[in-house]
Amino acid sequence: MGFSIDNIRAQFPFINQNNPLVYFDNAATTQKPQNVLDTIKDYYYLQNSNIHRGVHKTSQLATDLFEDSRQSTANFINAAHSHEIIFTSGTTASINLLSHCLSLFTLKKGDEVLVSQMEHHSNIVPWQLACEQKGAIIKVIPFNKKGELCHDQLDTLLSEKTKIVAINHASNSLGTINNIKMIASKVHAVGGVLVVDGAQAAPHIKIDVRDMDCDFYCFSAHKMYGPTGVGVLYGKENWLEKMPPYQGGGEMIKDVSFKKTTFAELPHKYEAGTPNIAGVIGFKKALDFISSIGYSEIEQHEQLLLDYAEKELEKLGCVFYGRSNKRVSLLSFLFEKTHHYDFGVILDNLNIAVRTGHHCTQPVMGFYGIPGTVRASFAVYNTIEEIDFFITACIKAKKMLAE
Amino acid sequence: MKNIEKIQKEIINEFALFDNWSDKYEYLIELGKSVPVVLEKEKTEDNLIKGCQSRVWLVAGFKDGKVIYRADSDAIITKGLVGLFLRVFSNQPPREIIGADNSFIDKIGFKEHLSQTRANGLVLMLKQITLYAIAFNAKENL
Repeated sequence: MGFSIDNIRAQFPFINQNNPLVYFDNAATTQKPQNVLDTIKDYYYLQNSNIHRGVHKTSQLATDLFEDSRQSTANFINAAHSHEIIFTSGTTASINLLSHCLSLFTLKKGDEVLVSQMEHHSNIVPWQLACEQKGAIIKVIPFNKKGELCHDQLDTLLSEKTKIVAINHASNSLGTINNIKMIASKVHAVGGVLVVDGAQAAPHIKIDVRDMDCDFYCFSAHKMYGPTGVGVLYGKENWLEKMPPYQGGGEMIKDVSFKKTTFAELPHKYEAGTPNIAGVIGFKKALDFISSIGYSEIEQHEQLLLDYAEKELEKLGCVFYGRSNKRVSLLSFLFEKTHHYDFGVILDNLNIAVRTGHHCTQPVMGFYGIPGTVRASFAVYNTIEEIDFFITACIKAKKMLAE
Repeated sequence: MKNIEKIQKEIINEFALFDNWSDKYEYLIELGKSVPVVLEKEKTEDNLIKGCQSRVWLVAGFKDGKVIYRADSDAIITKGLVGLFLRVFSNQPPREIIGADNSFIDKIGFKEHLSQTRANGLVLMLKQITLYAIAFNAKENL
């Protein structure tokens, strides 16, 4: 069966309940298809039990479903083992886990951590905290005016002092897709470890962690048609084995005594406490949804939307931020003499949901010398007709605000 | 001299004339253009109220028992709303300002601009307006 936008849209209750809302805030969170919602409801109706260790039937069932999601996630990103998948509450939690555990393990005074200038604050602040504690130094990999990472600067910054490099696969405010495979080989050449924030890439492009050869890859379920409160931390087995545990509690222990506690095997070592069982089980259905369409179809459709929106906005004379050759389906823009907040308010009144502001990337805004942008971000269920509606609204907003 | 309540009623009546959102916003944007200005040199960190979405500057003075406010914002819709608050609260005795409600903003259909998610600096500005009034009130009663 070919790509059918009607078939896709029919699977999203939010879209069908909120007509005529045009939802272009997908980089913040996507809507959820019926199968994800049904699975979460079914879990609470039929299977709700705490996982692992329960000998009773529903606990077994819930555990199987939970572990099934882990295996599906591992297959989805081509991880070598399912125990390389750690479930967290989101990308931010995954990165915080890493900044804590990895820095305990590898960072010492004078070491360097490289982050790019186009990171979300979630991939800056945890590393700043870690570096402060350890007396290590943060170094910033800049980007150019087009919003592309300066690879020559990366080469200069990398040295034997570099212990960790944290970088996004796709930027949430510029859309830029970074070449992780190339970066990984460079980082590994100096003996560093590469942490990738994949929150904005996973919804749009096929992720193959073994092909890219990154050491860690973090992403969120809710940005890829799954529930909120579920994040993934992929880590290479040897790193996950070597790092110390994160939070202490149930599930993550082997034996506890006041003399000595030993920790559970992977992946449970990093999953203290009762996880978001319903969410993790629901997440598998989001992965199924993506697989049922296929990334090549998703990419093709989203690029069509991106190209069309960009072309139409350009006709209106707006300024774009982020013009890399390879981008995910989002546009950051401003019209001259308009403020992003005003623009967002007018679009909201015209039933269009976009995001405005600095998008938690103040260094990016600082680079361009602006307080923020308007960001329209597209998902697989968006349409050309919606972009037409959006363009008409932009014309109206521009007229009200700048004329 | 009109009191706070009377001015609020006046504003509600003005906005009642509009039957669609875009005329209402155009009027609001127009109102923003006549807000008593904050000079460039007064746009300091101290006078800045940082919203996540838009920035507001607020300065206050005290004359003949009344608080005089001036304000500015980088967003024109925010500035229009700032203008409405100034029309209500500026040139009033501090004691009146301290206890005043601002339900008029709800009645003219701009309540969402005071919500948490907007983070446009207006909620903090209202707090700052009250704080100035409290300070001038205390000073007057010394």
